[in-house]
Amino acid sequence: MSRRRSGFTFSVLAFGYAFLYIPLVSVIIYSFNDSRLATVWGGFSTRWYGELMRNEQVLTAAFLSLQIAVVTATLSTIFGTMAGMALARFRRFRGRTLFSGMVTAPLVMPEVITGLSLLLLFVSLQQLIGWPAQRGFSTITMAHTTFALAYVTVIVQSRLAAMDESLEEAAMDLGGRPLRVVFDITLPLIAPAMVAGWLLAFTLSLDDLVIASFVSGPGGSTLPMVIFSKVKLGVTPDINALATLFIAIVSLGVVIAWWAALRSRR
Amino acid sequence: MTSGDGRGTLWQRVTIAIPYLWLLVFFLAPFAIILKISFADPIIAQPPFTPLLDESGSPHITADNYTFLLTDKLYIVTYLKSVFMAAVATVLCLMLGFPMAYGIARAESAVRNILLLLIILPFWISFLLRVYAWMGLLNNYGLINNLLLWLGVIQQPVQLIYTDFAVYIGLVYSYLPFMVLPLYATLERMDPDLVDASQDLGASPAQAFRDITWPMARPGVIAGCLLVFIPAMGEYVIPYLLGGPESLMIGRVLFDEFFVNRDWPLASSVAILLLMLLVAPIAFLQRQRREEVEGG
Repeated sequence: MSRRRSGFTFSVLAFGYAFLYIPLVSVIIYSFNDSRLATVWGGFSTRWYGELMRNEQVLTAAFLSLQIAVVTATLSTIFGTMAGMALARFRRFRGRTLFSGMVTAPLVMPEVITGLSLLLLFVSLQQLIGWPAQRGFSTITMAHTTFALAYVTVIVQSRLAAMDESLEEAAMDLGGRPLRVVFDITLPLIAPAMVAGWLLAFTLSLDDLVIASFVSGPGGSTLPMVIFSKVKLGVTPDINALATLFIAIVSLGVVIAWWAALRSRR
Repeated sequence: MTSGDGRGTLWQRVTIAIPYLWLLVFFLAPFAIILKISFADPIIAQPPFTPLLDESGSPHITADNYTFLLTDKLYIVTYLKSVFMAAVATVLCLMLGFPMAYGIARAESAVRNILLLLIILPFWISFLLRVYAWMGLLNNYGLINNLLLWLGVIQQPVQLIYTDFAVYIGLVYSYLPFMVLPLYATLERMDPDLVDASQDLGASPAQAFRDITWPMARPGVIAGCLLVFIPAMGEYVIPYLLGGPESLMIGRVLFDEFFVNRDWPLASSVAILLLMLLVAPIAFLQRQRREEVEGG
């Protein structure tokens, strides 16, 4: 590779990473700004963190979002693992094309369409069978599980596709019952993919604004819905503090995961 | 494990049936309902649309929503503008993402892992909060304007936020990882010796790029472009928070039609028309993925 070319690549990389990280850094800096105005530096202060912790509305919404995210991640990991195994290991079954289509389409489906279609489903079901009687926790969880399970499926399926089938086949040849082979051989092997899928589903659920706005009902405000209603009106210092907390938690989690992966490889 | 006859054991059937049923109910059935309601009239009731069959049992179907959408200038402009803005954002992502993915793929393996990690990291931080971060930067009194004023490039703050420019920034910022990752996956598999060999044989860097790097990266380019273009078409948050009145995008119109005007049938037909625009790219992406994972 010529020197000129690597110089170009280096500048693009530097520009790209600056583009990705300058907004995050600026939010972190402004979260410690004592002034209410985003334009003036009023000195270092942690008052916005204190104000955030006293904000009842934000705390309630955060708790609701966390509950939804845990249930969503767990359900979609179970369903997604099943779907991933079906697609990677059962080569032929009736309706396979439709199944693989339904699994991947939610990955790219615009959120406004998913949200609207699920709300109309819930409204129609309520008319027909009286369930779900209320929209909120349960409807948001079902909606989130539907699109998050697609991500888990893709992760599990690629892991299984990259994995040798011979271990499972050997266990079968030695007389292992199919269900035992799954629990003793397949699941332990794909456990890392399931953990990654759970975490991704958790994050996606915690992050979603549009779908939750459609399928939620009165009183069911998730954290992104509360953030959105505040942010609509412009930059607010306590949201800077909230964003900084998010960035800190995610970075910490990623660094720990990375360190664990490095250690396990040695 | 591999069932050849397509019947399989009981537990195999259960493994397939549970996610299958879930997706049939929560993914496929809702589209039928959207389609149905897009042919209804809005009424002031709960729910706010006319039933498919009225009291006498005769069908009540109207194509008014579609005739309205296809003849109203505002909606036609919105559809065209969404396609245009999503396409521009895709090209910008490709122009920035390709050299980045190339640089990452050619870095030493220790550096490469950190670079990849840094691409994925923002993806785990709330999307809404990342778009919000740009509101602070693009503000009339935000970092960018202050920097330009301080450098003396401008005398007065420039309007950056609430413009199409800001929407492009937001789209490229949010969807860049979706472009870089598939590109990286194909470029990493490529043997760098090929490019060197072609240059030793007298090819210019541009020729080497056109004849070797680009064709080999094509699957990644296609996957990356579709992963950016399709969701960007229906984007709501970015045009709402960063865009101005002229940044018309279908996702935003659909959202407003539903929540502000409470016209569910019209919102449904907006969704159906958006879906029709996206059916071809989605099907294309699916075929690509199937070839990738299942080897043809």
